[in-house]
Amino acid sequence: MAMAAEDIETMIRTAIPDAHVEITDLAGDGDHYAARVVSESFRGQSRVAQQRRVYEALGGNMGGALHALQLTTAIPS
Amino acid sequence: MTDDPRSRIDTAVKGSDVVLFMKGTPLFPQCGFSSRAIAILEHLGVGYTTVDVLQDQGIRQGIKEYSDWPTIPQLYVKGEFIGGSDIMMEMYESGELGQLMQEQGVSAAQ
Repeated sequence: MAMAAEDIETMIRTAIPDAHVEITDLAGDGDHYAARVVSESFRGQSRVAQQRRVYEALGGNMGGALHALQLTTAIPS
Repeated sequence: MTDDPRSRIDTAVKGSDVVLFMKGTPLFPQCGFSSRAIAILEHLGVGYTTVDVLQDQGIRQGIKEYSDWPTIPQLYVKGEFIGGSDIMMEMYESGELGQLMQEQGVSAAQ
């Protein structure tokens, strides 16, 4: 089962309100996405901690419905 | 010796300096993310071992709890969880992953 790009974005923005979220449909099949999440709240956190926060925002879908999500996290420059 | 998934994972993580939990094998990765992770380790030229989670359902589920990380592949260096393939790629591109391997004294592939 895939998820819609808008649903991914909404879940991330609900959990990390200041996040700037860009979703790219990599294969045009609604199943392979790249997400870039930029948030000031990531400052001081390791990459693992940053990505864990996004995974938590996705409420258990990561690794399941969302198998193919390439994730990049960053702090605003 | 116990045979539960957690102790099998523990043995694997502590058994080598660089351990990649992946889908498939280095020669035949069964997913694009695992394939990318292998390519990075090959480019770094470090010795590594892999665990094919597709061969062991206990490990496939267990590793996600062990690391508190929902996806596979997962990289461990000297017993420390480093991240998944996206973090590996970012760290490889910035030179941090090679630096980490050096700092940890990880030896080159034979």
